[in-house]
Amino acid sequence: MAEQDGFEAAILDLERRIESLSGMGEDLGIRRQREKLERELEETRARVFASLTPWQKTLVARHPKRPYTLDYVRHLVEEFVEIHGDRRYSDDPAIVSGFGLFRGDPVAVIGHQKGRDTKEKIYRNFGMPRPEGYRKALRVMRLAEKFGRPILTFIDTPGAYPGIGAEERGQAEAIAHNLREMAKLRVPVIVTVTGEGGSGGALAIGVGNRVNILEFAVYSVISPEGCAAILWRDASRNREAAGAMRITAAELLALDVVDEIVPEAPGGAHSDPARQAAIVGDVLARQLQDLRRLEGGELIAQRFERFRKLGRFTETLP
Amino acid sequence: MAWFKKEKTPKQAPPEERRLQMPEGLWVKCENCREIVYKREVARNANVCPKCNYHFRISARERLEALLDEGFYEEFDTGIAPVDALEFVDTKKYADRIADYQGRTGLKDALISCRGTIGGYPVVVAVMEYGFMGGSMGSVVGEKVTRCVERCLEERSALVVISCSGGARMQEGALSLMQMAKISAALARLDEAGLPFVSILTDPTTGGVTASYAMLGDLNIAEPKALIGFAGPRVIEQTIRQKLPVGFQRSEFLVEHGMLDFIVERSQMREALISCFKFLMGVPAPSAVPVPAADVREG
Repeated sequence: MAEQDGFEAAILDLERRIESLSGMGEDLGIRRQREKLERELEETRARVFASLTPWQKTLVARHPKRPYTLDYVRHLVEEFVEIHGDRRYSDDPAIVSGFGLFRGDPVAVIGHQKGRDTKEKIYRNFGMPRPEGYRKALRVMRLAEKFGRPILTFIDTPGAYPGIGAEERGQAEAIAHNLREMAKLRVPVIVTVTGEGGSGGALAIGVGNRVNILEFAVYSVISPEGCAAILWRDASRNREAAGAMRITAAELLALDVVDEIVPEAPGGAHSDPARQAAIVGDVLARQLQDLRRLEGGELIAQRFERFRKLGRFTETLP
Repeated sequence: MAWFKKEKTPKQAPPEERRLQMPEGLWVKCENCREIVYKREVARNANVCPKCNYHFRISARERLEALLDEGFYEEFDTGIAPVDALEFVDTKKYADRIADYQGRTGLKDALISCRGTIGGYPVVVAVMEYGFMGGSMGSVVGEKVTRCVERCLEERSALVVISCSGGARMQEGALSLMQMAKISAALARLDEAGLPFVSILTDPTTGGVTASYAMLGDLNIAEPKALIGFAGPRVIEQTIRQKLPVGFQRSEFLVEHGMLDFIVERSQMREALISCFKFLMGVPAPSAVPVPAADVREG
């Protein structure tokens, strides 16, 4: 958890001190002291969050209080109707999906969902979907396409679940199928990486016309721990791996993997989920307005070109 | 702070270079049945163990020679080479690793793409080379497969991809991951154009390669006993803290669970493909795009 790395210690300490002053009356001295501490807190937050290392950003992205898909839904989508199941085998609580009104317009929403307490974490399988989750996601995308509604997806997963049942039921096929079918959707698809973009399990709902990432979110081909275990043969080299893989928002923007960085509330998205949702909402509304101008075929072409150009190599003619 | 933490670190795989090296000399030990077999006999048998039918890993070029008519193919996109876009350093610089593998394999990256005919049917073939960084998929593999798809669209030929890969290449970070989306989006076009794609999965095909093009064939076929899956067996064992059942994630297991169309012995692969093309492309074979003699290279 974020506290383990200690970079939030000064912030937490100030928060505790402010907390201890509340309920001590409205005496002028106390008020002054509280105002001073609050200013200090704001400055400390700004300073700490301005210089996070890639590994620290990973911890912020995984913060237990980080807003998840249903938090964004609560703040941004009215009359949300959650829909379940892949119509093949089962439902998967690690991915939530449904529809509702975003700033007055009907949209489909699909996103990973982690749990807050132990019981919910287990229920949500720590946000690691099984094949059913991806198949449900695609079913809902097709539903949105049929009725001409834009699709908003929210990515926050450690990765697709590595289990026996998941393999038996075609985890790889489910992801692959989504990648291909998302490329054919005739409605706008806007992807926002809100926390952990964990490899294929993230990308399987990530083929969009626009791909956004929150300021302290990360997106990578493998977790820093996994990369360290394989390349350094030592999982504790996660800090180096997090740096080497260029998983932070600014680095991904430079590689064209993402199109836009969504700023986070001071102190990270978890410090003010309502404000964070509003910031995300403004970005989505603007992008939707742009994309609504495009016809189905143009949306497919734009999405294709967006991914077609990704990659770095040299070419010499023989 | 959590009181306990789930250990998510996958155990390391033995380095591919160690696994790959064939013992010198006349005899070779089968990795599956541990029998010592005569090397020439193995070679005569399409690199399959004569005792237990284990399919030895073979190079991309050996596969092309065995599959294409007369063993002829016209290679393309040979000038595409990897770059170290992230300036990635682990225990070694990525740039040095690239140079190493290039020296060792004579290839620029982990994939050969070419055009030729199989039973007279015009095909574009992409073959992954496990000997190049475990057949890992980075920008070069992604670009070359995508161009193969685009060539099929232009020439209206069939696509065959032979996978042999541990998955996405970590040293290219999210760029490797994005190749999955890039290739799959190109395959969406091939799909809509009604052109055939046969995916051949060989030992091993895992990770991001399985979770993108390898599973997207109109037909997905595999060699016997190939390891095929999304997560590697060690990662799964560590996650669920149980031993995996025998035969888990092998070709036969995938057929049983409905993920593959069928399994073919290596020696029968060419004939099997021709039978598939008859259904997919019609009888007789559409006339192949003539290959200019000067560009023909002997495989």
